[in-house]
Amino acid sequence: MTGTGRLGISGLQISFGSRQVVSIEELRLGHAEILGLAGESGSGKSMTTLAILGLAHTVGASVSGSITLDGQELAALPQERLREIRGRRIAAIFQSSATAFNPVYRVGTVVTKALRLHGASKSDAADQAAEAMRQVLLSPDLMRRYPSQLSGGQLQRVAIALAVALRAEILLADEPTSALDVTVQAEVLDLLRDLRESVGMSILFISHDLAVVAELCDRVAVMRHGLIVEQGPASRVLAAPAHPYTAELLESVPTLASPL
Amino acid sequence: MTAGGDLPAGRDLPEAQPLLRISDLTVRFGPVRAVNGVSLAVAAGPFGLGLVGESGSGKSTIGRTILRLVRSSGGSITFAGSDVGSLRGAALKAYRRDVQIVFQDPDNSLDPRMRIGATIGEVLRAHHVVPRGAITERVGALIAEAGLDPEFAQRYPHQMSGGQRQRVAIARALSVQPRLLVLDEPTSALDVRSQAQILKLIARLRSEHNLSYLLITHNFGVVSELCEQTAVLYLGKIAEIGTTHVLLRAPAHPYTVALRSAVPEVTVAGRRSRIVLPGDPPDATSPPSGCVFHTRCPLAVARCRTEVPLLREAGPAHQVACHRAEDVLAGAEMPTHRRPAAVERREASASELP
Repeated sequence: MTGTGRLGISGLQISFGSRQVVSIEELRLGHAEILGLAGESGSGKSMTTLAILGLAHTVGASVSGSITLDGQELAALPQERLREIRGRRIAAIFQSSATAFNPVYRVGTVVTKALRLHGASKSDAADQAAEAMRQVLLSPDLMRRYPSQLSGGQLQRVAIALAVALRAEILLADEPTSALDVTVQAEVLDLLRDLRESVGMSILFISHDLAVVAELCDRVAVMRHGLIVEQGPASRVLAAPAHPYTAELLESVPTLASPL
Repeated sequence: MTAGGDLPAGRDLPEAQPLLRISDLTVRFGPVRAVNGVSLAVAAGPFGLGLVGESGSGKSTIGRTILRLVRSSGGSITFAGSDVGSLRGAALKAYRRDVQIVFQDPDNSLDPRMRIGATIGEVLRAHHVVPRGAITERVGALIAEAGLDPEFAQRYPHQMSGGQRQRVAIARALSVQPRLLVLDEPTSALDVRSQAQILKLIARLRSEHNLSYLLITHNFGVVSELCEQTAVLYLGKIAEIGTTHVLLRAPAHPYTVALRSAVPEVTVAGRRSRIVLPGDPPDATSPPSGCVFHTRCPLAVARCRTEVPLLREAGPAHQVACHRAEDVLAGAEMPTHRRPAAVERREASASELP
């Protein structure tokens, strides 16, 4: 994945008042690439996601530097243009899908509403929503349910279905499996891999767990205190970490070797 | 991670008189049998029993029933020889001191308006653990033992990280010198680095205090380092139980094989193909006939749909409830998820490394 990539970040600085929380010199996400952004809580990975979505100001942060989508500068766009890109071209899923859905709407309504907002006709929206549900291996019947009637794994799939329905080119996945059982986590990882293969989705996968990154990602960037301390092909970084912090994160992963 | 690297070698089975014995426990919530005829034993410490299963398997309900936070509908729980269900008055209070629980989310178990010192001090006062004048000093010692600066006594929960709050929850549980700890997903809300630190802390406290504990988790990676024995639960029943290393090396139940294969691993060598379990766990209000796992089992045959498998010996200190255990042990093939091309590419390039 050389060249400029689909999503490009350079000289990105995010700060709260005088306190700088993120400083990224260079980060690129290529076409149909899965890039892992790894680090602990507080390392700045989620703030980076918000900045890409143009939403960092909503939590009181100020952003400078360049974020481009296919060469187009996003930071310079007015909010209404950004709204067309957000959701449509860049979608996001979060750790807690339960709080991402409005509890009083059926999940199908959420999906069709988003499609309508982005210009689909009423009947097209329903068809596209059902098709997207099938693509994430859910029965379209589940669209009639309320968020509380679905499991965490199912809700996360609906969130991904929303991105699929809108034909998002870039998916920002912020700890999407951290709240799930390992079995359900494995299914969601399979699904993300399949989406990359079938529709060429580019995925920025944010996680604190290098084992999950190892299972899924082509490349990985390790973040600490707002800085990228190491980045490269996942196979190289995880097999032979160059930074002691990466090694420390690797050490933390529980293994199935039982000493007892 | 080597949290348990320096632990003494575990025993294979709890001895004749275990600290905690659960016999044929059943817990009903309306039409749902959350726990359906489970029997377990926890030896006197240091000893760890892992309860592994997905959401809805009944593992947390078992933990809560032990604490008497949930009423059982059948079966019995005995602690140090006495029946837990019939404890009253002083005996119940003593039991509530002997058995402590640590929950998944310390945010919900710590009062946001109380300083940490007050939270722990309250427990010491309620159970008259130390004289009033010695409470502050003991609180400091407990916080230090959990690996935090005693200064943290002055803090509120929101001034601490999730891992630090979980240390406080553990310090509070240990403040009354319990004999048994129920650890209900103690690290699931934490990032892996905090998780590793909490697991190390449990390993250290275990040997220093001769602790017995029940470790409830959905992740096999967590029990592997801290539990001599592990029980795998599915829909309120024990699918398989045995020494942890036997379950990891030679599982006899297809569900155990699938759970194990779902744990993500860093090394290509450690990674194995994931066993695909079709569909979702069944509706607990109307569990499947025969073996409750047959609707998702890749090895199910006609017999599994009609005949309930009983727990039976699969080897020394190893029991399994599966009609096809022999085939599983013999390495019966199960459908695996296709490894995508990109991953194979990566594995190839990884193997080229010096």
